[in-house]
Amino acid sequence: MGAAPASRDVTSYGMGLAAPLALFFLLFFVAPLLQLFWLSLHNDTAGLHWGLGQYLHFLTDPFSLSVLGSTLLLGAEVTAVCLVLGFPIAWLYQRVGPRLQTIIILIVLLPLLTSVVVRTFAWIVILGRQGIINATLQSLGIIDTPLKLLYTQFGVVIALAQVQMPLMTLPLITALGRIDPNLDDASCSLGAGSWRTFFRVVLPLSLPGVIAGCTLTYAAAITAFITQSLVGGGQMLFMPMYLYQQASTLQNWPFASAISIIFLLAVLAVVSVFTTLGRLSRGYGGA
Amino acid sequence: MSGRKRTLEAFSFELVMTLVAIIALILIIAPSLVVLIVSFTSGFSLRFPPPGYSLRWYAELWDAWQLHFAAKNSLIVALWATGLSVVLGVAAALAISRSQALSARLLDSLFMSPLVLPALAFGLAALMLFSLVGLPVSPLTLVIGHTVVCVPYVVRNTVAALAQLEPTLLESSAVLGASRLYTFRRIVLPLIRPGIIAGAFIAFMSSFDNVPVSLFLRDAATDMLPIRMWQDLEGKLDVTIAALSGVLIIATVAMVAVMERVTGLSRRLTN
Repeated sequence: MGAAPASRDVTSYGMGLAAPLALFFLLFFVAPLLQLFWLSLHNDTAGLHWGLGQYLHFLTDPFSLSVLGSTLLLGAEVTAVCLVLGFPIAWLYQRVGPRLQTIIILIVLLPLLTSVVVRTFAWIVILGRQGIINATLQSLGIIDTPLKLLYTQFGVVIALAQVQMPLMTLPLITALGRIDPNLDDASCSLGAGSWRTFFRVVLPLSLPGVIAGCTLTYAAAITAFITQSLVGGGQMLFMPMYLYQQASTLQNWPFASAISIIFLLAVLAVVSVFTTLGRLSRGYGGA
Repeated sequence: MSGRKRTLEAFSFELVMTLVAIIALILIIAPSLVVLIVSFTSGFSLRFPPPGYSLRWYAELWDAWQLHFAAKNSLIVALWATGLSVVLGVAAALAISRSQALSARLLDSLFMSPLVLPALAFGLAALMLFSLVGLPVSPLTLVIGHTVVCVPYVVRNTVAALAQLEPTLLESSAVLGASRLYTFRRIVLPLIRPGIIAGAFIAFMSSFDNVPVSLFLRDAATDMLPIRMWQDLEGKLDVTIAALSGVLIIATVAMVAVMERVTGLSRRLTN
């Protein structure tokens, strides 16, 4: 590699400049993950006895499997809510003037940069027994006793959807901005209604953005440790907390490593499904 | 768009989309507003609306030395991690941005992978490696761990800024006899500086807010703010945390406003 000065290609820099970060990643990112994998292939904490015991334990234990299942399901639910709510924001963004555009972007951006603990804390205030929802419903006389909203699947999904919304909306705004507005008009003037145009023209053309947004939202939602544990409470266990309990409280590092690897593989599987869809959709969008 | 007939059908579409968009925008912004309002309560609970308003919890925050200690640690680690991310990330971005080589694409994927891989798994892995080589948890291990998860933001924003750079500018500069270093300092750097700053800003914020990596790489002596807050909230619903949240929200709004001016942050993230 290394830049050959003789070539004098002034517009590019040598690959050597990437060496420090590559080395840093090798030492502190790749090596730890390899060690994690190595330990997960051992049946004892000291790492002396090779075996698939940790994986067998996970894959034959109904409890572990249900934790994995509910985590993957949670990601799907959050992603769906984000898509349904995020798409109209991106759509609205393309229809308003530059001033409103900046306001919309800043509204979308703020939560992304606000501390996740703060955002989650807000949902405790909203969903709690004395929170806004319960207080409003009670003062309107709709309910007598406070509803249980915190520590429920519904609460976790709504809170996570709000927390991860920017990750869905930003790629959608980018994707919709790349669609030629004439196509929209052409479809309408050819007699297709607005709904039909949306589902047949706008949505398919924005698929790369949809897929990028879904990948980021899904990956973030299933690993959102803080929101899951604070809004979900003690009764709902998802993979990150399961991993943390095994590693920290029980000090069972080999099993925690196996959980990590299974979790990593699950995320990678979902990401590669999305990426494949993305590649297919680009072909579709270009057609 | 102007020639389109305003049928009922078109109207229903636009009404539904606009309404959902407005509801979604309210959903995004409401929690922060709620926390801001509750933080000024005069009561002892997180009841909304508050029974009365006061600054008592902000005064309480003034004396919360544990939170001060954690905030100081978080700030120091975030500054170091951001600095390291900028040095390593900008250099790497320069190398991979204009290259079509397979090695450049692979490195790009490697540098971006911390964004999608579960950070908690990485946190555990890093802890195991550090304990294997006999490095105790310290601010240093925190800085290393944070840098891994923050550097992607610097790389991505710098690569994006470099992609917008006109190659002819660099060629003209070379033709006029400028050295590569001179061209970099006087032409490339000024043009990509807003991108670097935007990336550094996001890296800083995500380090300051990091939980999954800190969770494993910290101890009592290196308490970090988001974890301190999380543990406080697990125990009891403390109104002091609401006041701290208020401070963080206002600080974030202020920093985003500055960044919007300096780097055009909003356009940068949608291009």
